[in-house]
Amino acid sequence: MGTRDCKHISAMASPAVGEVGKTGEWRQLRPVIDYSKCLAAKKNKPHCFLCWLYCPEVVIKKAIPIEIDLTYCKGCGICAEECPAGAITMVAENASRDQDRPTNVE
Amino acid sequence: MLHGIKTGRQMLNNENHDTLIITGNEAAATGAKLSQVQVIAAYPITPQSPVTEKLCQFVETGELNSEYVTVESEHSALSVCIAASSIGARVFTATSANGLAYMCEQIHWAAGARLPVVMACVNRAMAAPWNVLNDQQDSMSQRDAGWIQMFARDNQEILDLIIQAYKIAETVYVPVMVCYDGYILSHTVMPVEIPEQEKVDQFLPPYKPHTILDPADPRNLNQVTLADPRPEASGTICHGYMELRYLLQEALDHSLETITDVERQFASIFGRSRGSLLWDYKLEDAELILMAAGSIATEATAAVDELRHQGYKAGVLGLRVYRPFPKQALIEATSQAKLVVVFDKSLSYGNEGPICCDLKSALYLSNSRPAVHGYIAGLGGRDVKARELVEATLDSIRCLDNEQHVRKSGWINCQI
Amino acid sequence: METNILNLPEQEYMLPGNRTCAGCTLSIAYRYILKALEGKAIITVPASCLTVLHGMYPTTSVLIPCLNVAFPSTAASASGLVAGLKALGKSDLTVVAFAGDGGTNDIGIQGLSGAAERNTDFIYICYDNEAYMNTGTQRSSSTPLGAKTTTTPTGKRQHAKDMPHIMESHGVPYIATACPSYPADLYDKVRKAKDKNGMTRYIHISTPCAPGWLFPSKDAVTVGRLSVETGMFILYEIENGTFQLTGKSRSMAEHETKLKPLASYMGLQGRFANISQERLEELQHWVNSRWNACLERTSQ
Repeated sequence: MGTRDCKHISAMASPAVGEVGKTGEWRQLRPVIDYSKCLAAKKNKPHCFLCWLYCPEVVIKKAIPIEIDLTYCKGCGICAEECPAGAITMVAENASRDQDRPTNVE
Repeated sequence: MLHGIKTGRQMLNNENHDTLIITGNEAAATGAKLSQVQVIAAYPITPQSPVTEKLCQFVETGELNSEYVTVESEHSALSVCIAASSIGARVFTATSANGLAYMCEQIHWAAGARLPVVMACVNRAMAAPWNVLNDQQDSMSQRDAGWIQMFARDNQEILDLIIQAYKIAETVYVPVMVCYDGYILSHTVMPVEIPEQEKVDQFLPPYKPHTILDPADPRNLNQVTLADPRPEASGTICHGYMELRYLLQEALDHSLETITDVERQFASIFGRSRGSLLWDYKLEDAELILMAAGSIATEATAAVDELRHQGYKAGVLGLRVYRPFPKQALIEATSQAKLVVVFDKSLSYGNEGPICCDLKSALYLSNSRPAVHGYIAGLGGRDVKARELVEATLDSIRCLDNEQHVRKSGWINCQI
Repeated sequence: METNILNLPEQEYMLPGNRTCAGCTLSIAYRYILKALEGKAIITVPASCLTVLHGMYPTTSVLIPCLNVAFPSTAASASGLVAGLKALGKSDLTVVAFAGDGGTNDIGIQGLSGAAERNTDFIYICYDNEAYMNTGTQRSSSTPLGAKTTTTPTGKRQHAKDMPHIMESHGVPYIATACPSYPADLYDKVRKAKDKNGMTRYIHISTPCAPGWLFPSKDAVTVGRLSVETGMFILYEIENGTFQLTGKSRSMAEHETKLKPLASYMGLQGRFANISQERLEELQHWVNSRWNACLERTSQ
């Protein structure tokens, strides 16, 4: 099958999620959130959200509770480092999933 | 009849048009003005500089409603044009020699990005050493980049070619280089019929870009493209680099027909038809053809007159389009000849004159193959006289008569 | 009025799954920049890490129109967009030229100088990761004294070029420095630049690079903070020639906070691991002089 169905005559790309694929597969460390410490979760109202603010990958949802899209999270660890409440821990990617809180999103 | 000379120009008012006696540079600037270019960016270089000055004058007096960006280099000039063309503006630039070489990566870029940039190349010798005079090495050195390259033989053709270039470029989405000889044409005055703006507008509709730069439909243009085809999010398999380049070559092949169509349309509106891919002089029964591009081909018409006077059935084949190389047209045009003498004002160093070489390559496919002899002429502004073309041709005839088939290129009036 | 970092707009213009390294501060900065521009911009991008962020044909990870351009031509290409938009009568879009330190200070400086001299109506943003990172960390004129790169394996022998100062010499009406470790300061500067139509605006952003500067990705925001707290990077604005410190740098000046010693910044980064004592002292001296000059300028 050729590429004639593609109507481009020059390189002209369109936006889509996962441009390079599932970048979650790059990870060696995975963020795990302790909602008992997360300030927004504790107050149950918009607060802090520094993890959302500093995430380079746009995978943290500014919501209560915070959700991290692990399909694309690269495991950089900035959210854990910047969380003022120490609510995020980076765990080894091959650690058991049972150690995660059930509200983590994959 | 002629009136007194005013500021170096004379006007002959005709019922349909004005005729001005102007330089090739002014003809180029006027062609761009009539094409209602919207963005101009050019950096001065001898012998192109008057083009930039004339265009600035047109813009600053309001004769031309255009954005003129006084860039700081030729590389930036073509960069401005590429970007402005991408957003949908009709663009123009001009340069020569080292200026053309300086924008070299952008020449490749414009072609790969499929942008209808029109550039006047005022043919000048390449350094080193420095030489501001005419030869065709500059545009020839860029012949592989994927631009359409056309040669003007006189100032009328310069103006006409610029206007036609926009129509061609905006039909096939390939940039066009209009080449004309520095000083010989650029600085020499000739009568040029100036088309009426309304007729040019009729001939040249507004530019419709294929590129999209719109926040409502965000795209990423000319990004990294890998070797192999890859699917986009919708599943359509999109081109790899090789397929995009295939499309450029395909467009250049199609442009042979487009160039001919555009010339026909131009002729029907403006009443001037001077050849599309090739032009000829006394070619009908010619057994002996003198071939060249640009003003040297016009000089060859005087040589042909002399050869005819001496009893030879000689004719001129002028190359109007060099890229894409009009192979089929050349095979047909040379099919009755015994000898084609090619005069190249440039050299593919380590090989031979580019036009001569390309002609031989085209004729390889033909059943009827005349002998082809090549001469290098006029490098660095060395004057070329009709009698020298005659002498070279007679020399070639002698070689043929002595059955000397294999020969190196001759050099016209090289005094080494 | 300064934006509270908790109130940055939520709309995103970047999509997950791009090719940047984990912890890329350019990515963080780009999020804020695009929020400040409200996505109503066209960006020209030369060969650089940003090219890679934008992705490979036929997909892109960014929701604004982007024109990839040849390496030296960022500013000239942006000039072309500006001219084209003006010729077409489209006045509601901001043109942003966005290059790295290589594409700005080195190979791109000619085009930038020309565009600035013409007072071209665009925002030029330099993201400064202090080396040619996209090609694997070769030195640029932005690399600090003593830093190791692949082409300065024993440490760079010259100080970094001061691009904002060069822009000031061009009379650029709005110049600012920023760092994504201070999101609100960065956001506000881009917003301000966006509203200053009809002139050249230059923003120089420090973007610490984990693989290039050799620190763990989790420290990316910390390193940026330390660059400001040590005076290695100073947050300021120059509006029509009037200089003022902003954000953290301003509060440090106002509270007469001593600069943190460079060792606290450099200790986190492998690129300074083998810096000689002599170079370290020279660099500290350079940093102190620049900071004092800024303090003096501010007090005028």
